[in-house]
Amino acid sequence: MNWLEGWWAYAFIAIAGWLATDIWRWLGVIAGKQLRDDSEALNWVRAVATALVAAVIAKLILFPTGVLAQSPLWLRLSAIFLGALAFFLARQKPIAGIATAIAVLAAGLWRLGF
Amino acid sequence: MEDVEDERSSLAWFLKGARGICSVPAVILMLSFVGFCALTVQAGIPPEQVVFMTGAVWALPAKVILVSSVLGGASLATAFLAVTLSSVRLMPMVAALVPELRGPRTPTWVLLVLSHFIAITAWVFAMERIHEVPRNRRVTFFAGFGITLVAANMALVGVVYRLVAEFPPIVAGCLFFLTPVYFLASIWHSARHPVVYVALAAGLVAGPLFYWIAPEFDILLAGVGGGTVAWAGERLLRLRREAGA
Repeated sequence: MNWLEGWWAYAFIAIAGWLATDIWRWLGVIAGKQLRDDSEALNWVRAVATALVAAVIAKLILFPTGVLAQSPLWLRLSAIFLGALAFFLARQKPIAGIATAIAVLAAGLWRLGF
Repeated sequence: MEDVEDERSSLAWFLKGARGICSVPAVILMLSFVGFCALTVQAGIPPEQVVFMTGAVWALPAKVILVSSVLGGASLATAFLAVTLSSVRLMPMVAALVPELRGPRTPTWVLLVLSHFIAITAWVFAMERIHEVPRNRRVTFFAGFGITLVAANMALVGVVYRLVAEFPPIVAGCLFFLTPVYFLASIWHSARHPVVYVALAAGLVAGPLFYWIAPEFDILLAGVGGGTVAWAGERLLRLRREAGA
């Protein structure tokens, strides 16, 4: 594995990391300034932003990296399903859903010998 | 006299935002950063660079893509392209937040500077709480939260760098899984517009679908495609209900 060295590493991170992300944040500010907070256009932007984040979530669950890449899909899906069940039973308390999902995953990983 | 009063109140709102560091979303993000730190240790990135990357890039998915591009031997141009494509989502996120964030006299440069602190967690946190803050204090409140969160994570990454290599795999796995689970629960919980529920479901289906069809642009296509379908569907239902009522 080759990582970058010296000042070049910082220049690389600044260009391919910092600039590459902040461009979109600045464009977002410019676009957002034109939107009224009760307009139909903002409703569309809101839907697109939410769907983008949801797509990232689905990818993290279905195609994870690191340790979870070796865990079975059924375990990850059961953790999400039981977490969702707990979330709605607990009148949509986020912590109930999060704690249940993580507990199911941890128990499953432990049983599988991780 | 009024100015002194105003300044004192600004500081109070800034600190109120800063206290968001003790909220569930902030704690979960910090745990995710511990997970990211483990990844950088495996990749052999020196700790100073990890701290710099945390402050400069901030968005966690963008950092993961940056690290994996470099490890794959990508050139500066290729790494830039991969990170840029993965970060297009920041634009609609920022655009959706700005109308809620800005006051009647907020200068554009302040919004440009503050936009750096927006990534998924800060966005979810702000969308959830910002409407409880008086409009002329929202920018100060968000600055307090965003700046504190970035600074805390830079410090955290520097401190835990030496510790994470020893984590057992089961802990690393659970740390990684926290992020998607938290995002799901908190987006559903914080939705104040019906279109958000529909868009969340659409994105969850469209994400894997486009990953299968066009893996290079999956997130972008899933967002624009899934989001547009969700918006059109919800609008149709809303108009029909209004016409029926």
